[in-house]
Amino acid sequence: MSVLDSKIPEGPIAQKWTNHKNKINVVNPANKRLIDVIVVGTGLAGGSAAASLAELGYNVKAFAFQDSPRRAHSIAAQGGINAAKNYQNDGDSTYRLFYDTVKGGDYRAREANVYRLAEVSANIIDQCVAQGVPFARDYGGLLDNRSFGGVLVSRTFYAKGQTGQQLLLGAYSAMNRQIGKGKIKMYNRHEMLDLVIVDGKARGIIARNLVTGELERHSAHAVVIASGGYGNVFFLSTNAMGSNVTAAWRIHRRGAYFANPCYTQIHPTCIPRSGDYQSKLTLMSESLRNDGRIWVPKTLEDAEAIRNGKKKPTDLSEEERDYYLERRYPSFGNLVPRDVASRAAKERCDAGFGVNKTGEAVYLDFSSAIMRYGREKATIIGEVDASEDRIRELGEAVIEAKYGNLFQMYEKITDDNPYKTPMMIYPAVHYTMGGIWVDYNLMTTIPGCYAAGEANFSDHGANRLGASALMQGLADGYFVLPYTIGDYLAHDIRTGRISTELPEFEAAEKEVRERLERFINNKGTKSVDHFHKRLGKVMWDKVGMARNEQGLKEAIEEIRQIREEFYKDVFVPGSMNELNPELEKATRVEDFLELGELFAIDALQRTESCGGHFREESQTEEGEALRDDKNFAFVAAWEWTGESGKQVLHKEELTFNDIELKQRSYK
Amino acid sequence: MKLTLKVWRQKSANDKGRLETYQLDNVSEHMSFLEMMDVLNEQLIAEGQEPVAFDHDCREGICGMCSMYINGEPHGPDRGVTTCQLHMRKFNDGDTIYVEPFRAKGFPIIKDLVVDRSAFDRIQHAGGFISVNTSGNTQDANAIPVPKDDADKAFDAATCIGCGACVAACKNASAMLFVSAKVSQFALLPQGKVEAKQRVLNMVEQMDKEGFGNCTNTGACEVECPKGISLENIARMNREYLKASLSAE
Repeated sequence: MSVLDSKIPEGPIAQKWTNHKNKINVVNPANKRLIDVIVVGTGLAGGSAAASLAELGYNVKAFAFQDSPRRAHSIAAQGGINAAKNYQNDGDSTYRLFYDTVKGGDYRAREANVYRLAEVSANIIDQCVAQGVPFARDYGGLLDNRSFGGVLVSRTFYAKGQTGQQLLLGAYSAMNRQIGKGKIKMYNRHEMLDLVIVDGKARGIIARNLVTGELERHSAHAVVIASGGYGNVFFLSTNAMGSNVTAAWRIHRRGAYFANPCYTQIHPTCIPRSGDYQSKLTLMSESLRNDGRIWVPKTLEDAEAIRNGKKKPTDLSEEERDYYLERRYPSFGNLVPRDVASRAAKERCDAGFGVNKTGEAVYLDFSSAIMRYGREKATIIGEVDASEDRIRELGEAVIEAKYGNLFQMYEKITDDNPYKTPMMIYPAVHYTMGGIWVDYNLMTTIPGCYAAGEANFSDHGANRLGASALMQGLADGYFVLPYTIGDYLAHDIRTGRISTELPEFEAAEKEVRERLERFINNKGTKSVDHFHKRLGKVMWDKVGMARNEQGLKEAIEEIRQIREEFYKDVFVPGSMNELNPELEKATRVEDFLELGELFAIDALQRTESCGGHFREESQTEEGEALRDDKNFAFVAAWEWTGESGKQVLHKEELTFNDIELKQRSYK
Repeated sequence: MKLTLKVWRQKSANDKGRLETYQLDNVSEHMSFLEMMDVLNEQLIAEGQEPVAFDHDCREGICGMCSMYINGEPHGPDRGVTTCQLHMRKFNDGDTIYVEPFRAKGFPIIKDLVVDRSAFDRIQHAGGFISVNTSGNTQDANAIPVPKDDADKAFDAATCIGCGACVAACKNASAMLFVSAKVSQFALLPQGKVEAKQRVLNMVEQMDKEGFGNCTNTGACEVECPKGISLENIARMNREYLKASLSAE
């Protein structure tokens, strides 16, 4: 019997959430005023949770390491947000969104959580529109939709290529209203460095004021971790420079199980890397695959000629191009899920068909779409005799209206004009499906400590579908946590203020201080980035898009080695009591070095392939990921036992009552 | 490329501050400006010196965190970009580049190139929202059609990233482009109209309290804005403000 209790409510799947809400404990409005909640992170999950909890009457303290909640990395999400509204009358429904998400996650997500996500998805759109989020609309004034990978309906709501920005500004505005009222106390430029547990319950955090360097104690009746994902363990990813695992990792070290760390999403459409100085990778939204076609040359000779600059992509005729996704997956074509598209790109590049100097790039081509839209537009405005050039001009205007900011972003980075020549793209680390283990109520294995958004593991299984991260973040924060947290807090109405003078606070602060002092006093010679880059290279080469037993074993050894050298030889300039970005990086990289090890250990134990986790030993004859449901239909939840790499594995068995387990096919 | 950098160094808010000169020898034209700063910092750390503190996060032009005043312009010589999107191909071998923090009374310096822009947050607290609670039972998102033109204009205003380049570019250190973008977004949408009067009055009042100057129609803000927020928004805010001030309530 597993020690993990997922607390999935009884009853048919469509009734579970409603029944649960009906039976759950609630805190009366007068008592909510006596209860404090800490929210760490102000992205979509944290921002929406903080605002909603404050609206309910709780006293919220919110923390962000950036200078404003509006800068959390949710802001960079481009393409859109899914919701089962069925505005397009194309047969969408709660069940279909649920089904697509479980299948897209390669049957490694918890059914009940995913169903709830699909169920509340429509409320999110209503809520955001009420807040003034300017979604794209059609000429009749109603909301527009587009399609994302892995689904056959149009259910994605969007605001050009800045959907995450608009949704986050919506949550930020809801927060601002509560900050103005004094119901949220906002701590900007603060980083959580430890969780404080009193009598077995989460009762506060230790945070560092990043401007003054001061360590602060903050107490509360519950702590919500919404600190995002850990893609930066790879050093290069589409995450922001500051995105880190520290808050999640510190609660792991205090007793929260860490689930499925090896489930990482490698996004197929990112701008390829250009040199060693590269600090991050930039995503080109999946929405581009609505209109862009992905290809490489059919022959190795042409690929070589393109790499040497002897030929240009536009020199190749249709017959000389291999639209490999359309060839391999005729029914989903360019809109296969991300894991499938990424592996297909790697397969072509490994076979020598890559199109940039490094051989690690494929084309994303808009010329067909430009001409198609141009012809449509010419018909609409009555220009029946429009020339090719005129049609192209009209088509480019349509593409610009849809993706203008993405095309501009591409051009600024690469100095190439994507209206005239195809974009070059390559997969990059983008999102982590794994994270802190939570039950149906989003509570971790530490009572009173919750995890929401990308920081938890619950909804995306082994692969997340496009436009579902925004949905999950806001679902957790607006519509799940505000209900479920009351069930726990109902027992805390008589507790009263929690003192920060308790010995537990003192001990936690002392530990944090010693940790920081150790870095400042270390007489090393190398920068933090030096070690972070080395860790990233091991992760990408051996724990990246394709993994095998030998590589993973080597990776574990190498990461231990890097960690040892890091402690001996890292140099952190400056002092503790000032703004010190190098010190901030040092604690984050320290945690990445431990997480990286567990990540590889998790990948090693899971000898099947599923979603974003591809073990070379487990594939079909056609090179597709081959699951092993008999032995691996479980969530791997790791318990910290006091030393890095010595975590103990607990399994939460996954049962599928409403969806039949099948080999995923997008052909 | 070889470059000479003149970088503003200031230990803390109370320090006087000065320009320091650094030489960089191996700069690639494909680097972003911040990657060039990373190289400088690695060099400083290798020499045992303190690296230059600067704000940055997403490095793709959307979080609004980066804030450098480069050769006399916020976000440097390119148009429609933030500092993180500025690439070294916009400079020439042998150039001397001046790097300073955003300068404005409303943005006190914290350290080196890092400034405090919390005034922007406080202006938003005063009214940058629509007063709706989270509700699983609000009306359907399509219940109120919004003319596409209004929706598009509201969106254009809403793309403001709150970086503060408008303030840094303005000779009056005015925040009117920033404030008007938020006021416009909501004023253009039916959902925002209910509170429009109170919103504009409150936000402008807070803006004045924070010590930002007024608009004298120079238009430098619009030129330097990485998101191309239009001056029309300031005109709209002035109309909204006038309307709100004159109508009794």
